[in-house]
Amino acid sequence: MIRLQNVTKVFNEGTPNETIALRNISLHVRDGDYITIIGSNGAGKTTLFNLITGTFPPTEGKIFVRDQNVTRHPEYRRAKYIGRIFQDPLLGTASNMSLEHNMMICYKKGFKGLKISLNHKMRGYFKQQLVQLEMGLEERMKENVMLLSGGQRQALTLLMMVLSRPELILLDEHTAALDPKNAQIVLDLTTRFIGEYKLTTIMITHNMSQAIAYGNRLLMMDSGEIILDVEGKEKERLTVEKLIKKFHEIRHKTFETDEVLLSGDA
Amino acid sequence: MIEGILVEGLIYGIVSLGVFITFRILDFPDLTVDGSFPLGAAIMAILITNGANLWLALFISLGGGVLAGVVTAVIHNKLKIPSLLAGILTMTMLYSINIRVLGNKANLPLLKQETILTKVTSMAGGSMPDQYVVLVFFIIVAAVILGIFILFFHTDLGLTLGALGNNEQMVVSQGANPEILKMIGVGISNGLVAVSGAFAAQYQGFADISLGQGIIISGLASVMIGEFLIRSNRIGLLGLRAILGSILFKGIMYAGRYYGYYVHMTPNDLKLITGVLIILSLVLTKFRSIRVKKRTFL
Repeated sequence: MIRLQNVTKVFNEGTPNETIALRNISLHVRDGDYITIIGSNGAGKTTLFNLITGTFPPTEGKIFVRDQNVTRHPEYRRAKYIGRIFQDPLLGTASNMSLEHNMMICYKKGFKGLKISLNHKMRGYFKQQLVQLEMGLEERMKENVMLLSGGQRQALTLLMMVLSRPELILLDEHTAALDPKNAQIVLDLTTRFIGEYKLTTIMITHNMSQAIAYGNRLLMMDSGEIILDVEGKEKERLTVEKLIKKFHEIRHKTFETDEVLLSGDA
Repeated sequence: MIEGILVEGLIYGIVSLGVFITFRILDFPDLTVDGSFPLGAAIMAILITNGANLWLALFISLGGGVLAGVVTAVIHNKLKIPSLLAGILTMTMLYSINIRVLGNKANLPLLKQETILTKVTSMAGGSMPDQYVVLVFFIIVAAVILGIFILFFHTDLGLTLGALGNNEQMVVSQGANPEILKMIGVGISNGLVAVSGAFAAQYQGFADISLGQGIIISGLASVMIGEFLIRSNRIGLLGLRAILGSILFKGIMYAGRYYGYYVHMTPNDLKLITGVLIILSLVLTKFRSIRVKKRTFL
């Protein structure tokens, strides 16, 4: 589905602040893959997402989507087949607009014309979709999104993203800013939608056991490199302890992020 | 007197609608307005004196304004400079262009020319005093423009524009090019302003290149005053309150001009009053937003 070929990203090239965010990464995401990515802060996980969505171009290397070179395509063009959810629940919705208007904007990707599509039938369809979230949002379609909680907004973003039928979805720690209860609700919804619509997914998480429990493939990143790529049976046998030990063997250093260890048993 | 305030309020209310689009909906503070207002007036005046069809002339004024807005948006998009600077650049360039449009003159009188207003008053045939005919005409004009404005912001494109100022990332994630959307939004805004300029020239009986001076500030003041009148998240009321704000603003300015001498104020102090009015609105909004979340759309 999407292929990264020897991709390198350098920030502030040629200045004293030069940092190499990604080093010579090659990755092939197949149709139907559900990849979880784990790694400490600064490992390059979000940079990887930004390169896939086209927020900025790579310093070196190429990106292909279904064998088409999209390296220079701007973000809005790639957004037509890529859905992305951010950690910040505020980034997925327009807070000063109503629920139904938000859903209308997200219903169809690409340039919108002078048609008034939001009619009675459309409202009925949106209502029916909102019922799935089991949050009572179907009764609040005329309210501004800013009145919703973070969890509700993230669930709504997820639903709206699914409605536009993307081919690849990128989840950037999309439950990290939510309280444990809402995080679980959003995660369950995510799993359900991915299964229902057979979505190719990449999910960044800080939570090791989550990375092991979900998906069919696990990537571990450290200082701009993918140091571990396991899938299938091998992934199923992974445990948090084994993962930390593996990291030890590969990098000859301790996996130091407190956050990762603390969330290990969550 | 009162009908004069109302008519001026309605004419400049079209400017506040435009300013509302850029400042409030798109979050794109645009100063092109100071140039596109006299541009609209200049195009209308020169076409009237050359005997063009009046409605066609109005349409060309609209087009000129749209073009000015698009130029600002393109400068902002391509050179990645702040919208304020892009607007000032276009506004400055428009000063020279407006003089050229007026035939290398700074002023063009429209006395004894047939304008849309003289046509309308002669059509009414003296059934009402002329100033009331003009008032009714401008109520209709404002209502029609407000109607189109409301319809537009209910279309898919309008909704997307509404989201752009609030959350550009979301619009990009939906596969819409924000650069094109900004061109459309700023273009529409300046188109409205130019139409207002075209009507202002006909109402005042001349086009002058200094006509646009301070338009952006009075437009902004009108929008802010309007925000105290009605609280809503429906686009129709948001548009209506921009126009009502403009009428109220004209009323305040009128009062300042005619009764200001009691406190030793001269017409020269009006700009000062306008500025103080905006600062006052900002301060009041600050206090209010502590209690209620501000800025709503639709």
